[in-house]
Amino acid sequence: MIKVKDLHKNFGENEVLKGIDCHIQPSEVVCVIGPSGSGKSTFLRCLNMLETITSGDVVVDGQNLTDSQTDINSVRTEIGMVFQQFNLFPHKNVIENIMLAPKKVRKLTDQAARDRAMKLLEKVGLSEKAEQYPGQLSGGQQQRVAIARALAMEPKMMLFDEPTSALDPELVGEVLEVMKQLAHEGMTMVVVTHEMGFAREVGDRVLFMDNGLIVEEGNPDQLFNNPQSERTKGFLNKIL
Amino acid sequence: MEGRFNWAGVIDFLPQLGTGLYYTLLISIVGLLIGFILGGIFGLGRVSKNKIVYGLASVYIEVIRGTPVLVQAIWIFFALPLITGYNMDSVTSGIVVIALNSGAYIAEIVRGSVQSIEKGQMEAGRSLGLNHLQTMRHIIWPQAFKRMIPPLGNQFIISIKDTSLLSVILVPELMFQGRLIASNYFNAVEIYTTVAVFYLAITLTLSFVLRIIERRLDIK
Ligand SMILES: Nc1ncnc2c1ncn2[C@@H]1O[C@H](COP(=O)(O)OP(=O)(O)O)[C@@H](O)[C@H]1O
Ligand SMILES: [Mg+2]
Repeated sequence: MIKVKDLHKNFGENEVLKGIDCHIQPSEVVCVIGPSGSGKSTFLRCLNMLETITSGDVVVDGQNLTDSQTDINSVRTEIGMVFQQFNLFPHKNVIENIMLAPKKVRKLTDQAARDRAMKLLEKVGLSEKAEQYPGQLSGGQQQRVAIARALAMEPKMMLFDEPTSALDPELVGEVLEVMKQLAHEGMTMVVVTHEMGFAREVGDRVLFMDNGLIVEEGNPDQLFNNPQSERTKGFLNKIL
Repeated sequence: MEGRFNWAGVIDFLPQLGTGLYYTLLISIVGLLIGFILGGIFGLGRVSKNKIVYGLASVYIEVIRGTPVLVQAIWIFFALPLITGYNMDSVTSGIVVIALNSGAYIAEIVRGSVQSIEKGQMEAGRSLGLNHLQTMRHIIWPQAFKRMIPPLGNQFIISIKDTSLLSVILVPELMFQGRLIASNYFNAVEIYTTVAVFYLAITLTLSFVLRIIERRLDIK
């Protein structure tokens, strides 16, 4: 579903990604861990071209993102993204946040978009918040709305960039619960996270990134209990 | 003090001052409307990635911001016709001056407001598959517009006061009428005080309306 080949990304002189190779299968849940500044966000953002790719190939659902013929807007409709800071639209209420893209991009009628949004709000447990504005919600509620907003485009895969890092500890669980449910339904997911419990329980595979490279990967059991690389061991020792 | 100033006599000049007020409002409203359109276009030019668009917008803004309104007015009324060979009447010239001048400042207000919207808003829009234009229109612009209102109100007030400078290019606005009356009837204190009160009335009304609009938008 996602094929990454020798991906490099520079910010000016600074080489942030130094050759990433990675295949992600349909319905796979891949968790990306690693120290801050190692390039996890940049990697994720290259998958939907929020960052331009310096060199290498990223093929999503059969479409090569570096090909100038590729319609990046249409590729993005297949990739949902959830941000650390939620990035809800503060001038629109919850249901308008969710309805906007289905109406403008998928050309759904107002009623169809509304029905879809209500179903998704139910799914994330926020039906009664439809008419509220983002500013009136807790962080956990905002992030669940953001997930619903991404799902409203019916994407084939979802990218999560530290979705719970900006949340108070007591609100982390409700967001992880929604993500867990999504994984069980067979959604293809790439999740940058510091929640090792989630990675262990839900992840099919864990990638450990350091200094712009995937240093080690494996199933959670392997990677957490029997890491091969010294760097992985060092990182896990620090955070566990 | 009693009897030194003839305040009651001002009433006789109210129709003439009213004519002045009419031109002041006409030039302010039409000039600012065009200025708002110019400001929108050039403000977006200033956030454009296209170098030519950005360059053109920058030149316009720097020239206007770097020269006095009075010089702009005199240049447009007296110098421009010598270049183009086409005479513009003073009222049209006045509108052009206010439009061009306010347009440059409004462009900077637009740029500042658009750039003040968090980067994540554009990214969220784009990641949902909206194109650049759709994201600007539905997400960035409405939020930026809200932030533009206080500085826009400020600019409107400045431009309204700037119209008084147009008396030097013979626009029959409020200040022009005041000067005409005062020089004929030697009642400078009464007339210029009245003129000042008229300007104050306009700007205070505008401030009041703006405060209501701000409060309305805040509730949402
Ligand atoms: N827009 C940018 N411009 C310049 N440097 C950037 C930009 N975004 C990220 N970086 C740099 O790239 C490196 C990796 O950042 P990031 O991908 O955010 O790491 P992580 O998500 O693993 O913490 C950091 O050194 C960061 O300073
Ligand atoms: Mg990051």
